[in-house]
Order: sequence, then C-alpha cells, then structure tokens
Amino acid sequence: MIAEFGHAALIIALCLALVQAVVPMLGSFAGQRSWMRLGYSLAVGQFLFVAVSFACLAAAFLADDFTLKYVAQNSNTELPSYYKISAVWSAHEGSLLLWALILAGWSAAVALFSRALPLPMGGRVLSVLGAISVGFGLFLLFTSNPFARLLPVALLQGADLNPLLQDFGLIVHPPILYMGYVGFAVPFAFAIAALIGGQFDAAWARWSRPWINLAWMFLTLGITLGSWWAYYELGWGGWWFWDPVENASLMPWLVGTALMHSIAATEKRGVFRSWTLLLAIFAFSLSLLGTFLVRSGVLTSVHAFAADPQRGVFILIFLAIVIGGSLMLFALRGPAMQKVLAYSGWSRELMLLTNNVLLVSAMTMILVGTLYPLIADVLELGKISVGPPYFNFFFVPLVIGLLVAVGIAVTTRWRKTEGRLLLQKGALPLVISLLCALVAPLFLGADRSFSSYSAGAALSVFLALWVLATIISDLKDKIGGDLTRVAKFSRSYLGMQLAHTGLAVCVLGVGLSVAYDESRELRMQPGDSAQVANYQFQFVGIDRIPGPNFIAHRAEVRVLQQDRLVTRLFPEKRNYNAGGQVMTEAAIDPSLARDLYVSLGEPLGGNAWAISLQVKPFVRCIWLGGLMIALGGLLAAMDRRYRRRLSQSANSLVKSAAANDGAADEGAL
Amino acid sequence: MHPIRRQRLQWVALIVVAASIAAALMAYMLGQNASYFYAPSQIVAGEAPIGVNIRAGGMVVEGSVDRSMDSLEVSFIVTDGLENLQVTYSGILPDLFAEGEAAIAAGKLDNNQILHATQVLAKHDENYMPPEVADTISEAYQRKQQQHQSEPQEALQ
Repeated sequence: MIAEFGHAALIIALCLALVQAVVPMLGSFAGQRSWMRLGYSLAVGQFLFVAVSFACLAAAFLADDFTLKYVAQNSNTELPSYYKISAVWSAHEGSLLLWALILAGWSAAVALFSRALPLPMGGRVLSVLGAISVGFGLFLLFTSNPFARLLPVALLQGADLNPLLQDFGLIVHPPILYMGYVGFAVPFAFAIAALIGGQFDAAWARWSRPWINLAWMFLTLGITLGSWWAYYELGWGGWWFWDPVENASLMPWLVGTALMHSIAATEKRGVFRSWTLLLAIFAFSLSLLGTFLVRSGVLTSVHAFAADPQRGVFILIFLAIVIGGSLMLFALRGPAMQKVLAYSGWSRELMLLTNNVLLVSAMTMILVGTLYPLIADVLELGKISVGPPYFNFFFVPLVIGLLVAVGIAVTTRWRKTEGRLLLQKGALPLVISLLCALVAPLFLGADRSFSSYSAGAALSVFLALWVLATIISDLKDKIGGDLTRVAKFSRSYLGMQLAHTGLAVCVLGVGLSVAYDESRELRMQPGDSAQVANYQFQFVGIDRIPGPNFIAHRAEVRVLQQDRLVTRLFPEKRNYNAGGQVMTEAAIDPSLARDLYVSLGEPLGGNAWAISLQVKPFVRCIWLGGLMIALGGLLAAMDRRYRRRLSQSANSLVKSAAANDGAADEGAL
Repeated sequence: MHPIRRQRLQWVALIVVAASIAAALMAYMLGQNASYFYAPSQIVAGEAPIGVNIRAGGMVVEGSVDRSMDSLEVSFIVTDGLENLQVTYSGILPDLFAEGEAAIAAGKLDNNQILHATQVLAKHDENYMPPEVADTISEAYQRKQQQHQSEPQEALQ
C-alpha cells in the first residue's frame, strides 16, 4: 500500500514538474507575471511530493517489504536499520530517486532563496530546472521504477546489500556527491536562462556564484569522502585508482573549479563571459555524463548496454538533448568573445585564464582516457583498459602548473600588475619554499639520510610551501600591522585563502604518501613479526567472532617501535550470512603524520594467513586538505554581499557593484 | 596587419600548436598504457604479444590453485572453455577470487605462455561477471557448438 502511495506521489511530482517546465517559460515571453510566479510554488510542491515518494521507499525498506523488487534485491531482514535506510540509494533505481529528490531540493531552494531575482529570470531558471526534473521523472517511472512489484514473492529474507556498501561511508558519500552533481544543474539553469534572456552581466554572475560555490563544495566533499571510503573499505590502502567511476566525479569537479574562477573574472571585470556560460553548460553536462557512465551499465560492458538498451538509450537521448540543445542555444545567442585579453602585464585575468586552461586540459585528458576504452570496444578495436600511468603522466604536470599559478595569482591585481611588484612579493616565499623543500626530504625519509632522498617529496613540499608562503605574505600585506583589519576581510577572500591552503595540504599529503609509502605482503603465522619502515608488526593470533549479520576472523597485530608498543590492530575477514560474500575489513591506526594499515588476505592452511602491512606517511593530509577546500567553498558562498545585494532591486544591484567593493574585498575573487 | 588582428592570430596559432601537441601526446600515451584483453584460446593460438602488459581471464579451473607453502607465490589456471592459461602471481588475492569463478589477471606473458600477473581482479559481488570474461566464454561456447555441428557432417561423408 505504502509503495503505491510513493508511486502516486512520484507521478504527481512529474506532472508538477511538467507544468513548472512549461508555464513560467511561456509566461516570461508573454509577460504574464502570475505564470512566472507559478514556478516558485510549483518547485516547492514538486519537492514535497518527491520527498513523500522517497520517504515511502525508505519505509518499504524499513518494513522489509520484499514484494518490491528493488527492496528484495538490496536489503535483508538481518540488516541493521541504518543500513536499510542507506540501502535505499545503494543501487540503480533508488539512487536515481535520490537524484530526483536532490534536484527538486535545489529547485525549491532556488525558489525560496532567490526571490529577489527579476521575475523573468527566476521564472526561466525554475523552468529549466523543471525540464530537467521532467527528464529524470520520466526516466524513473518508465525505465527504473523503484516501486515495481515482484510477485509472487520469491525472496523471504531479501538478497542482502553488497557488504562493501554496508558501511558509514555509503550512508553519507552518495547523497553528498549527488548534492554536488545535481547542484550544477542550478548554474546550468542560470546559464540557459541568461542565454534565452540575453542577459549575462555582472549581476547575472553575482546571482549564480553562491550556487556554484555550494554545488562545488558538496562535490569536493563527496569526492573526498569517496576517496576516504575506498581507502579504508576496499582493503588495499589505495586512495585513488583512476577508475572510470572516480573519473566521472572528478571531471565535473575540474570544470566546476574552472567555472568558479572564470565567473570571478566575469563578475569583477566583465571578461570571459561566453566562456563562463560554456563552462556552466559543461559542468552540468559532465555531471550527466557521469550519471550515464555509472548508471547505464556501459562501463561494465558496452555489450551489456546493447543487450538492455532501454536505460542507456534514454540517458543517451537525454544527454544529447541537454548538451546538444544548450550548445545550440549557446551558438545562437552566446556572442563571440568580445574582449581579447590584454596580455602585456601579469594581470589577475591572465592568471585565471591559466587556471582555466590547466583545469580544462586536465578534464579533457581524463575524458579521453575514460571514453577511449568504450569507443575502442564499440569499434571492435579490442578490449582495452587504460592504466594509471596515462592519467598520472598528464595530471601531475598540470597540477604542478596549477600550484605555481596559485602562488603567483594571489599577488596579482586586476587589469595589470607590474612584473617588478610580483618579483618583489614573490622572491621571499620562493626562496623560503625552495630551501625548505631541498632540506625537508633529509628529515622525512625513513633513515634520514641522502640515500633515501626523494625528489618527489622535495617537489611536493616546494609546491605546498610556495602556495602557503604566498598566502601568508598576502595576508600580512592586507593586515599591514593592524590586526583589526582581519575582521573586515570578506568571507569570499577568507574562503579563497582557506581553499588554496587546503589544496596545498592535499598536495603535500599526496606527494609525501606516494614518496614514503612502504608496504609488504607476507605469509605470517601467529608469533611471526615483520619490519615495515620503522615499525615492527607482530602477528599475535586469530579468533572467530560473530557479528550482526556475518562471522569474522579477527586477527590481532601488535605494532611496536623500538620495542615500545604503539598500538594493537584488529583487522577482520568477514563472511556474510546472506550472500556468502567475503569482505576484508582493514585495521588502521590513524594520525596526521602516518597511518598504520593492516589487512588480512586469505588463510593459507594451518594457522598461516596472507597479511598486508602498510605504513603510509601523511596520507590523512589528502582528506584534510579536501575538507579545507570544501570549507573554503562554503565560506565563499556565505559572503555577505550575495545576500545584501539580493535584497536590493536588480537595477541598483548593478550600479552598486563597483562602488561597494571595499578594500578588503579587493583581494578576493 | 591590424595589431588586434595580429594578436588574435598569435593566440589562434598558439592554441592550434598547443592542442596538436597535446593530442599527439595523448594518443602516444594511450598507446603506451592501454592494455589489451586476450582470451586463453587467443593466447594459445599465439595472438598475444610476449613481454608486453596485457590482461587475460576466464574461469579459474577447479583444483588448479596452487599456493606455495613458504611465500605468497600462487599459480592457477584460467580457461575460456576451449584452452587453458597458466597464471603465476605473488601477493594477496582479492576476496572474491575462488575456483570455478571468473577472474582477470594483468601482467606479461613469457615464452612458455605463462602469464606473470602483477594484479589479479575478481568480481566484486556474487552476481557480477567481468564483461570480458563473459564475452570470452560465450564466444568460446559458440565456437564449440559450431564444431559439434560440423563433426557429424564429416562423419557422414
């Protein structure tokens, strides 16, 4: 009964979305204010109905309603109730419903918090969002209905949730990642509305910026969480695999980052206008492409896609309409670049352009590397997989360029910066970071000598310190001995500095953990011990321990440093009751300076086990940096001027833009 | 030429040159780092290159997994239903690696047609079969069927 209720709510939401897509858009051309205003209440109403539908599916999971095919396939009576909730979005149908819910949520947020937008603009934005909702609503109802019944009931207990997904990471990772993916629908809708209305000026940029920052913040957080989850849950100790699914989330992030920077130049200086629109279109298109790659089955096999084409073809058509339609609109309405950038001086515009070129290049090479195996398979060139060396070869130099540019960009001014000024401000940070970087590897290596000197570590220390030193030097200049000025710093300035600091911390983590990672895979019997880096790992013994829905082999491993006990670790090998699946649960002793990572392989007969022992210096910095970057994005989105100016009318908004930029604002993007 | 035009032309030239270099590099690196998948019967037929990174896979033959008693050396046989391929590996096998199940090994072939794997992949849930393996096995099955069909005809002649 509750499932029918949820199904009906979804159908009603689709109808509301249809009206939301059509009426305000027509109203904006016909000049009917009431039609345009309708979009606002429809967006909120649509959100309520999708939320009801989602709640019904969650209730079906909690009630173990195995007459629903989706519930039967992804849940189990033995599953703890918090995993029953997260199982709602563990597979295809439910995660699309979550997609739809989040899209409706963003639309409702736009309707509620962007009341000050000029009515035609607001109506068109909501109309575009409504059209995307219609696409996903149709997709859900016709190809991936989570409320489909499975009669007669075949599974009394449920097939169980994949044990890999029975984890805190899965409870939070997908919703946050989707918040980011789907969030780019908002700047996309703003871009389409701007193209239709022909208005993309500084005011337009200012309206879209907080939404871009918020979506980007969620995507950053989602990717960071995903990397952390893979690290502790997959049991290999890796944190990035250049897997197509990871690439699918990184591509919109890279373009989103480029968009954040390019729109800063559009708002402050009016340059890169059409480029900014194009990036907004691409960021959302790549989010959709990511959904297509992950959800159509095309990654597991092009042939699987061909065998069950309904879903894939639907997304492909949807993708074609969204990308093709918006690019067509762009070609018709987006003017050619009106301003050629003056590149005589080291302007901030030039640095932002550099940022954009590097980020978009990185995205392009990832796109090529991700799609090439699919294209080769379609063309029957063979079954290919593209390895990490390809991605690293391009990504590492691009990121190095990016970090060098970040350090320079902080010092630059809009329009033109004297080369002399750059040298003057950059010399000290450059010297300090170079010297520290050359010396640091001597203290970081395991045996503190020249023999273990790592050039990679030196490079990452240099890049991180270069960024940090230029940030500190910029803060020092802005404060100028008067600490009360700190209170006047705008949140977007602080957010920028925090995010760049996070980038430096993340790069430090990546560089050092790669340079100093030590790992051994061994055959061990109780009583054996092994040395990894400066740590002695002792395999004490192994026990069988029952869990809520599994039985685990739990090993005890003691870690000693110079005969002093550092920690005791308890890695597990779990056998799940329902599906008979085996899962590795790594044991980790975390700290900022190093992680100790132990995971169990398979039993080797007798009491012997295959055991993987790893020491990973500074690996936490990767995710700490990611969190800082996300927090920086949030801080920038909360900048006062977005709210202050939204409360003013659109006209005075444009006029006051130049006048209100205070001294503290000057440094911010 | 007008200065602005010249400036634009310089930009366009720069972009074209940079893009061509980038495209050439990408094509080269893709060629270097793409590893092709071969079925055991293709390898036995000598289609796979020796000493180059490739991937191969099939079903792990029952009783073929042989663990060393004093190290993590392991060897096993994968089959596509027509031919067998011997694989050696040193390290921890994935959780869902098992006899009678699908697996993919990535590594290099030696002259004796043994694959020295640096990585072994297994399915990641109980229903999933790597697509390469599924394709390989169904192709092999079809070939077998064709052979069966042609054999009786030969007998009649």
